[in-house]
Amino acid sequence: MAELTYRDAVARGIAQEMTRDPDVIFFGEDVAKAGGVFKTTVGLYEQFGPKRVRDCPISEQAILGAAMGAAMTGLKPIAEIMFSDFFAVCFDYIANEFSKSRYMSNGQLKCPLVVRTANGAGSRFGAQHSQSVENWAMMIPGLKVVAPSSPRDVIGLLAAAVRDPDPVIFFEHKSLYPTKGDVPEGEIVDRLGSASIVRAGKDATILALALMVPRSLEAAEKLKAEHGIDCEVVDVRSLVPLDTQTILGSVARTHRLFTVEENPRLCGWGAEIVSIVADEAFYDLDGPPVRITTPHIPLPAADTLEDIALPTVDRIVDRVRRSMNS
Amino acid sequence: MLKNPAHASDGSRAGINDDIGEEKRLTMYRLQVEIRESEQRAFDLFLQNLVKGTSHLSLGQEAVAAGFAAAMNPGDLSFCTYRGHAHTLARGVPIEKVLGELMQRDNGLMRGKGGSMHLTSIEHGVLGSYAIIGAHLPIACGAALRAQYKGDGDVTVCFFGDGTTNIGAFHEALNFAAVWKLPVIFVCENNLYMEYTPIGEVTAVEHPAADRAAGYGLERIVIDGNDADEVYRAAAAAYAKARAGGGPSLIECMTYRHSGHSRADPAKYRPEGELDKWKERDPIKLYRERLRQFGIAEEAIAAIENDVRRRVDEATEKCKAAPPPPLELLTTDVYADGGFAWRN
Repeated sequence: MAELTYRDAVARGIAQEMTRDPDVIFFGEDVAKAGGVFKTTVGLYEQFGPKRVRDCPISEQAILGAAMGAAMTGLKPIAEIMFSDFFAVCFDYIANEFSKSRYMSNGQLKCPLVVRTANGAGSRFGAQHSQSVENWAMMIPGLKVVAPSSPRDVIGLLAAAVRDPDPVIFFEHKSLYPTKGDVPEGEIVDRLGSASIVRAGKDATILALALMVPRSLEAAEKLKAEHGIDCEVVDVRSLVPLDTQTILGSVARTHRLFTVEENPRLCGWGAEIVSIVADEAFYDLDGPPVRITTPHIPLPAADTLEDIALPTVDRIVDRVRRSMNS
Repeated sequence: MLKNPAHASDGSRAGINDDIGEEKRLTMYRLQVEIRESEQRAFDLFLQNLVKGTSHLSLGQEAVAAGFAAAMNPGDLSFCTYRGHAHTLARGVPIEKVLGELMQRDNGLMRGKGGSMHLTSIEHGVLGSYAIIGAHLPIACGAALRAQYKGDGDVTVCFFGDGTTNIGAFHEALNFAAVWKLPVIFVCENNLYMEYTPIGEVTAVEHPAADRAAGYGLERIVIDGNDADEVYRAAAAAYAKARAGGGPSLIECMTYRHSGHSRADPAKYRPEGELDKWKERDPIKLYRERLRQFGIAEEAIAAIENDVRRRVDEATEKCKAAPPPPLELLTTDVYADGGFAWRN
């Protein structure tokens, strides 16, 4: 067991898969010689060379299109889109092309590719470099969508994504890059579609993703210490496939459900989960499910404003406490 | 705008055995007739309401598909647009499979799940027909990147229309392919109209593809796309260059579609007489005359034509008799496990 940053876990995860499989190649903007604008891919170019780790022009359509063509014909590309906001300039590939080609071709075409991207707020970059857009990907049939919250999960879920036969959108969180966590030695491979109970509790279930996982854990400790409310925190990890069994199981034990979502409120991932719980576990609930989200706004640049836009530890504590006491 | 076919024949049978040769010429003629007859049949089936949805015919543009197909190796890959019946047939996909897909029957190439705009047949190297303008140029780059990385030796060709040259993906892909010297050939079928609007009215240069080539360090190539021999020669040169590691080519083929953009388009925007002028340069008519000049007997040519017509008729009857796709296909092949499950 060694301590590793979330940032360094990205490079280790990619290296693990590139070492295992020579068909894995990696490309994106500034990812090779510069090691990535977030320094997530430092050392890969030196380790694997210019044929397998490539710098691309600022051409997001060409990057995702090339990843698709390479995947269709036998490679296992990992493509980086520097900021998830830039999905908007290459969304054709995400929404129309590699997500649908298997279906449209009646199973002939396969696109085993991974799109890695830096998602989320906290860097004071403003409305076009801070969004949480996991729900953009979640709504498209044919895609798998994961978002790790810890260094260990970065490696394990990235390995699972690379080995998966379907296209996977892999959301890294910018604000988690400097965070540290224990990572076991040797190969780490997870399974897509498994949520993780990161804190056991009996009074309420809090579902969270990515940066909202550590915030929810901190809130749960406060709720326990200050208000005697014992929350179970579930890291959803994978939006597609979605581990509804773990979620429904937790709700069946705690009888209360809260979602903590960084995406703006409308059509956030929590809405889908709440509707599943309402459909299938309504009589397990002792109170209405509550969604704690970023408001339906573009994100501001100013730190004071951005800080109150996202669900904060205090907001989570307050919302859970009020709801549980009402 | 177009020069006359430059391949003067000496009128003897011996003249046919040049760099192209008799066998390839007969193949190209058969392919052109096969595309013409199949497309005409697709149009007729529309009028009978047996082809549903939309379709985009290549009537008048057959020489591009035939010339390139004849220059390819079996392992080479091709990408085309929604106007892709021709390029699919040219790779040897059975007529029945294409018409069946247009008619949305279970015997179609994708059993009706894709439709006319997405014809795909991996076993024939047809890696798809793409209905979002420009999308497939970067995808073709990826296929070529794989060939280069693995040393597979195959070359990817990517067909598109003149309208594609004004979308961003075209420019991103050309730069990408040129920077990485990818074994890919970009082929613009310039039929003079983007959809309903003349390409010249909305493009800053006269030749929408070729006049942009210099921006990507590529040679400016404009050819007569109605002359299968000229197409074949340009294609063969581009394939040889790509196989030798010389990187991509961009070839603009001047041609003309005899029909409208799609089934809903009577093409009334075309100036009086333009279609008639181009029909004088009908690629099949031109090629038939050339074969005769080369000394190929009328009976041999007629035999090709009759064989194609018989096969189109047979395919049509099979498609008419074929059932629609079974309802359980609705949810198959969304994910690699064969189904559409997104949760446990």
